[in-house]
Parts: sequence; C-alpha cells; structure tokens
Amino acid sequence: MSNVPDDLYYTESHEWVRVEGDRARVGITDHAQAELTDVVYVELPKVGAQAEARGQIAVVESVKAASDIYAPIKGEIVEVNEALSSNPALVNTDPFGEGWIFVLQMNSPEDVKQLRNAAAYRQAIG
Amino acid sequence: MSDPDPKTTPLYEEHRRAGAKIIPFGGWLMPVQYTSISDEHHAVRKDVGVFDISHMGQLIATGSNAAEWLNRMLTNNIEKLEVGAGQYTFLLNQRGGIIDDLIVYRTRTEQYLLVVNASRVAEDLAWLQAHILPGVKLENRSDHYAGLAIQGPRVAELFQSLLGDSFELPARNTIREVEFNMMRLAVARTGYTGEDGVEVFFESKYASAFWTTILENGKPLGIRPCGLGARDTLRLEMCYPLNGNDLTPEHNPLEAGLGFFVDLSKPNFTGSEVLAQTKEHGTKRRLAPFRMEGKGPPPRPHYPVYRNGERLGEVNSGTLSPSLGYGIGMAYLPTEHAKVGTALQIEIRGQKFPAVIEKKPLYKKS
Repeated sequence: MSNVPDDLYYTESHEWVRVEGDRARVGITDHAQAELTDVVYVELPKVGAQAEARGQIAVVESVKAASDIYAPIKGEIVEVNEALSSNPALVNTDPFGEGWIFVLQMNSPEDVKQLRNAAAYRQAIG
Repeated sequence: MSDPDPKTTPLYEEHRRAGAKIIPFGGWLMPVQYTSISDEHHAVRKDVGVFDISHMGQLIATGSNAAEWLNRMLTNNIEKLEVGAGQYTFLLNQRGGIIDDLIVYRTRTEQYLLVVNASRVAEDLAWLQAHILPGVKLENRSDHYAGLAIQGPRVAELFQSLLGDSFELPARNTIREVEFNMMRLAVARTGYTGEDGVEVFFESKYASAFWTTILENGKPLGIRPCGLGARDTLRLEMCYPLNGNDLTPEHNPLEAGLGFFVDLSKPNFTGSEVLAQTKEHGTKRRLAPFRMEGKGPPPRPHYPVYRNGERLGEVNSGTLSPSLGYGIGMAYLPTEHAKVGTALQIEIRGQKFPAVIEKKPLYKKS
C-alpha cells in the first residue's frame, strides 16, 4: 500500500502539494514513484518560470520512459531541487521529503482547495 | 501499440502473481518488469535471471530439401550446421531488406527449428510458404510451445542444482534435448543479454512447473524473474539489434553492421544480389552505437541526431544503461559520419545534448 500523508494535497496526475504559507512545495507521490520505478533523470523547471495549473512543467525519466510532471496550481517557480540533478533516485527513496521537485509562489493560495485531499487521493489510487 | 486482442503466454498468471507490470508487445501481453528494470538487469549481469520468451515464434522445417531451401531463404550458411548447432541469420526480401532476424538450429539431420520474433510470425510464415520447395514441410508450433531464457553467470550452477553436479550445458550456440522431471526440454546455449545463458523450449503444458522450479532452485543463487524492460537494457548494452527498432525492411544486415551473419560466398539467396552490390559500393549508412556525455536525459527512439548543426538521422534504440550509469543508443547515420569517436548531439525536448560514437559492445565485461 502506498504512503499518502494526510497533510498534503494531491492531483489526478499524481503530484503532491505541501502548503508553506503562500508557497507550494511539489513532488510526485509514493504511488507515482512506485509505478515509474528507477527514476534516472529529472528535468527541473527554471526558477522564474510561470506555471499554469495543469501545465507541463518538468519531466521525470525512468529507465523505460519519460513522464511529464504538471504544475498543480498557477504560480511562479521560486525554487527547484538541484539535489535531483546528481541523485534523481531521491524521488524513489523519499518522494515526500528529499525527493521534492520544485516550489511555487502561488498566485492565489485559495487554488489548493481545487485539489484532492488525502482521502480522495487514496480512493483514486485504490 | 494497442492490440484489440493481444495473446497471453502460458505463464501470464504466474507473471501476475509475481506482481509484474504487464504491457502489450508485438501482439502479446508481456511482463515489462516485476520489481525494477535496474534490479532485474543487475541480477542478470551478476547472478541469474529468467525471462518468459514464450511469445517468440517457433517454426519447424523438415524434409530432404529443407537445408537447400533454408539456404536460399536465409543469409547465413546453413551447410555449416552440424546436428545440434545453431546460427544467427536473417530472412530478407528481394531488396535485401530485413523481414526478420532469427536463430536457426539443426535439430535433426533433416529438421530445423527457427526461433523468430513474436511480431513477425505471420509475416515470416506467409513469406516462407510463398517460396517453399517440394520436399520441405513447414510447421508453426508457436501456439503450443513455450520458452524461457535463463541468463547470467550462475546459469551453469542453477542447472547443476536441477540435474546433478556432472551436468554440463550444451556448448555455445548448440541445442540439446534434456529430460527433467518427465519434461522434455530443448536447451540451447544462446541468449540476448551478453551473459552466459540458455534459451529453453518446451511444450506449453510444462511452462508453469518449469518456471516455478527455476525460480525455486534459483533462489539461493539470487535469481529474479525479468521483464522486457531489462531484456531491452541488457541487449542494448551489447548492441544486439531489436527487430522493429533497429532492423526493418528499410534496412539491410550490412547497414546494421551484421555482415558476419551474411555469407555472400554461398549460392544465390533472397536479397543476395542487392547485398553483393551494397558490399561492393559500400553502405550509405551504418547503425552506430553511441553514448551520452555528461549529465543528461537518456536518449529514446526517434530523438533527432545532429552533427555540427546538421541533422543526420534519429535514434533507433536508446535507454539509460543500468551497468554504465549513462545514456546509450544506436542510430543509423550516413557512413561518413558513423566513425568511432565522432561527436554527435541528441535533441531531447528541444535541447541538444552531447554524445559520441563508440565501438560495440557499449558494455564490456570487466
């Protein structure tokens, strides 16, 4: 069974969001990393990039395939996880911690209410 | 790759039970991985792994004219095969283009087993039947035969644990019938991984029992069931071509760098005139193995390949090499640009990343 922390928000495309004031830290869920397995490369967004809700913003590559990562909400990229450049496997080993991908300055913090809570996400992944 | 009615091998339930992720491949539902491609890959390089290859086609050609006929249909010289020996070879069209690559084994004096690609069985059969000679019978046993590839440096130990310490595997590229627990197995010392290993063919009714036995006996040796994902990374590290990616009717074996398996000295065979001309004038393009330099995403099929800003072609096969830790691939390039050491750029999502042409194999066992 995948880990689905209660204090996070989730998307249909398997990103998680941790609200930190008016910022949002984003990664991919334990379920998503287990499906991908073997993350070997993460293409990070550029700091300063404008992210649209559900717009493609990063790429996570496993041995087998490249998968798009989407911005859960609208905002500006203010921080990216450079540690993933040298150690992309952090996405597998610690998806909700060291494996975070980027931080967004949210346009409107209210937007997170559009996302799924842990219970709804748990149900979605069965 | 959506197939309305994909087939399943006799081991489909075993794969599901083992937690495999299943994908459609060549008209079949096949395991792509069980735990992780990297883990399965390393198991084969270090210990031993087992792959279901029941999807592969198995054709039997029998008769007094079988050898002569196969020698006209295939590129390698079948006269070289003693009973029990096998060889890698190509089935070509009249233009010298590759219909399929296969291994042909001489199983009896006048009987040959052809192990062909899953996705090509129907085409191969149609082509072969259309060109058959009197005195040859061609039979498709694919539907009631299964197969396992057992690959890795501990394969001999594994078979000794099953058949006793004095058991010896058949010599490289040969096939032998072995009886085990009332099962009749055709054991061939061949593979698609670059490691020591065997490919074993048997009637489908034995599939579950043999699979289970191999996994049980292999446990102390570190065996893992392995999927198509690891099969692809292992073969690409060795620069073994994949039909459909690297070999198509648009390519001939000389362009693929596999002239060793084409005997132009034997009498006329399908495609031989075109190949003889190609050999005389030189190939226009070559399948070049390359590696990525520096940190970058792995190459994938169809990514554009450049040299000094000029587009030369696209990637045919590409992946991250679990053994080497960097991206590797193969691409057809104009022959003048296909030399070892040539600097290339691979375009990945609009950005160009440096790569360099290498000698094959890309992975060399230390």
